[in-house]
Amino acid sequence: MATKNNNVPEHPMERLLRMDRIPHIWCPTCGIGTAVSCFISAIDKFKHPHEKIAVVSGIGCTGRVAGYIKLDSFHTTHGRAIPFATGLKLANPDLKVVVFSGDGDLISIGGNHFIHAARRNTDITVVCVNNFIYAMTGGQCAPTTPLTANSSTTPYGNHERPFNLPLLASSCGAVYVARWTSLHIRRLTNSMHEALNKPGFSFVEVVAPCSTLYARRNRLGTGLDLLKFYHDSSEICHGADPTELDIAFQDKIKVGKFIDRERPTFIDAWNDNMKKKFGDKFDPYGEKKAKKAA
Amino acid sequence: MQFWRKPLDADKIKVPHGEIHIVRDRCKGCGFCVEYCPKDVLVLSEEFNTKGYHPPEAVKADDCVHCQLCEMLCPEFAIFVTLKDEESVEA
Repeated sequence: MATKNNNVPEHPMERLLRMDRIPHIWCPTCGIGTAVSCFISAIDKFKHPHEKIAVVSGIGCTGRVAGYIKLDSFHTTHGRAIPFATGLKLANPDLKVVVFSGDGDLISIGGNHFIHAARRNTDITVVCVNNFIYAMTGGQCAPTTPLTANSSTTPYGNHERPFNLPLLASSCGAVYVARWTSLHIRRLTNSMHEALNKPGFSFVEVVAPCSTLYARRNRLGTGLDLLKFYHDSSEICHGADPTELDIAFQDKIKVGKFIDRERPTFIDAWNDNMKKKFGDKFDPYGEKKAKKAA
Repeated sequence: MQFWRKPLDADKIKVPHGEIHIVRDRCKGCGFCVEYCPKDVLVLSEEFNTKGYHPPEAVKADDCVHCQLCEMLCPEFAIFVTLKDEESVEA
């Protein structure tokens, strides 16, 4: 292990963090840091050269992740993490592209891109940190805010039905869908590792506490109290029907791996279609480079 | 660790001991590590770090079993554990 001055060993995650940017901007007891720890552990387990992994984030608290991880990373405009990642993957099929962003970015402004990437089964891994609120802009009601929850734009309680993210992803065609809270660190790490290994659109939702806005506005205490709440009220239901995975305000959270299926990815479907049409005249896309390397 | 008889797999299992390293000035005093340490090794100290938070301190450092839960749970990358030694299980 590398040592710095005073013979104190370096934190094992420092190898994959841009240490000039640490300490990060996230509030005390925020869950995003834990999700990043799990992601770094999953990358460590994932047998793939680090120079062939790219991380893309959008805007928001979770959008800062791309700036903190020492991999090829890009901080895109609001909601456009998935289109950027799609382009990255299609232009360079050797890359393993991970989108790491928040619920407001991926599901609200980027919701259209999300459903179409899942429909096409673009080969990307999406990690969505769901803190139930627009945290960076001041706690506005997000499309994931549970019914009756207070936010700065719903001071009398939210009346809009929230998205059920695993149902959204699975109904649009994602091949891997899992949900964990930021307390389920080992299971979350395993899920991220499985999602990275899965060809196609894999989706991992991380329920994370937002202490400064969601917890404070709803008088739920600190992030630590929310972790205790997750401990008491999360229930592991592997393979559960995604239609039953709605999250009500301070109610049971069903977590687990819900979907794990096979579908041809976007590039595979294109190659198959063109091969059928043109036969041997067609040079399959994405396999050229692999052949050259061999 | 106390056992009422020698465990059947005592020759295979070794109890690891960890050495806890705390990056005090990176800590934001959230208390996750203190709350979830299965051996209650950590407490929040009375002292302040340079940011004005109370970082944890290892009061029962010898009890650490290198489970690395604190390391994974810490949102600030401020605590980590290295393997010190492994002890054979004795009845």
